[in-house]
Amino acid sequence: MSLSRAFFAVIRRDLILALRRRSEIANPLLFFILVITLFPLGIGAQPHLLQAIAPGIIWVSALLAAMLSLDSLFRSDFDDGSLEQMILSPHPTSVLVLGKIIAHWLVTGLPLLIVAPLLAVFLGMPNHSLGILLLTLLLGTPVLSLIGAIGVALTVGLRRGGMILSLLVLPLYVPVLIFAGNAVQMADGGLPVDAQINILIAILLLALVLAPMPVAAALKMSMCDNIS
Amino acid sequence: MQTPSTHSFEGAGLSCIRDDRVLFEQLDFTLVSGQVLLLEGKNGSGKTSLLRILCGFREADAGTIRWCNDAIKDSRFYAEMAYVGHLDGIKKELTVLENLKMALALSDSGHYSIDEALTKVHLTGYDDVLVQTLSAGQKRRLSLARLLMTGNVLWILDEPFTSLDKQGIALIETLMSEHCANGGMIVLTSHHDIDLPEVDVQRINLS
Repeated sequence: MSLSRAFFAVIRRDLILALRRRSEIANPLLFFILVITLFPLGIGAQPHLLQAIAPGIIWVSALLAAMLSLDSLFRSDFDDGSLEQMILSPHPTSVLVLGKIIAHWLVTGLPLLIVAPLLAVFLGMPNHSLGILLLTLLLGTPVLSLIGAIGVALTVGLRRGGMILSLLVLPLYVPVLIFAGNAVQMADGGLPVDAQINILIAILLLALVLAPMPVAAALKMSMCDNIS
Repeated sequence: MQTPSTHSFEGAGLSCIRDDRVLFEQLDFTLVSGQVLLLEGKNGSGKTSLLRILCGFREADAGTIRWCNDAIKDSRFYAEMAYVGHLDGIKKELTVLENLKMALALSDSGHYSIDEALTKVHLTGYDDVLVQTLSAGQKRRLSLARLLMTGNVLWILDEPFTSLDKQGIALIETLMSEHCANGGMIVLTSHHDIDLPEVDVQRINLS
């Protein structure tokens, strides 16, 4: 009975589950691609405007795609009792939950990273800022999963928690959006972006350390009123 | 396995209040190795609430629960208990084997290996079958197989006989007697009469 074994077993299990329920991976990704491809159609033939707002479009779409995928994080485990078993296991719930969040990011965040360069080119972003865009996505999307997990854990016991979830989580997403969007914009203009990247790294590290514990506590709280 | 008589599970002065309705008050029990505690009572009398309090999902409104004379939080309670509730905690998109391996990763390995446990609950040969194709009774037996292959002393079972046929019920009763004979203890709720001739069964009626 080792903690690392349990941790990796949770990640492995969630990845297998995601493979068997492919629509759940495809949904946020498809949403991300659709929103971004619709923008040029809506704006019309104004390549400079499009180029100027490209970082914002990509980041806002990534943020909404992340929100869309959040509910699947704990829903099925909550409904079929797997979550009860995780909470009852002698391992700290926060570590197991971190495993679930990492698996969730691998399934919903990583695919965004892979298609983002293509969509950036599509929006006419200059090549020299592609690297920074990818770096901000790499640092930012895990934060979206980690912070989102707190919101989901708080609302998973409610039957219609969707609205409350977005109200809870969106304000907390704003710092990531500001610094990531700003970094890409500065890179577009050829300016240094060290400060923004450092702040994103700091946010990621803080979230990685601080998020799992409130998630575990919130899950236990959600469990307490669930009589079934 | 465990040495008998070293484990005890006791609750003192337990109360549960839900929506201003007192479900039970001043409930005491003491359970030692080899004993079964059967909770009886009509629907809505608080059987499941009591089980969830014992598991630690919910705090009792009053009273204390102790495992081997220590408060639950300071003891090895969670390493030594296993719970099967209304929800069986089994993923229907995974195979039988994947489900059991996951359960094993979350706790100590126990008395039986996965294969032996599956044989015990008459599910041999179902290793690679997706759980969603199993019948309700088979799923229930699978969730009980988890009890056999993880290391535990205390079983907490909420209506373990639901959706089992006569043979299934007899099978679970045999497994429960064996568990008690090995020094284990069981807390369960059941609508069925349980037939455990060799075991010391305590009853608490909640209505």
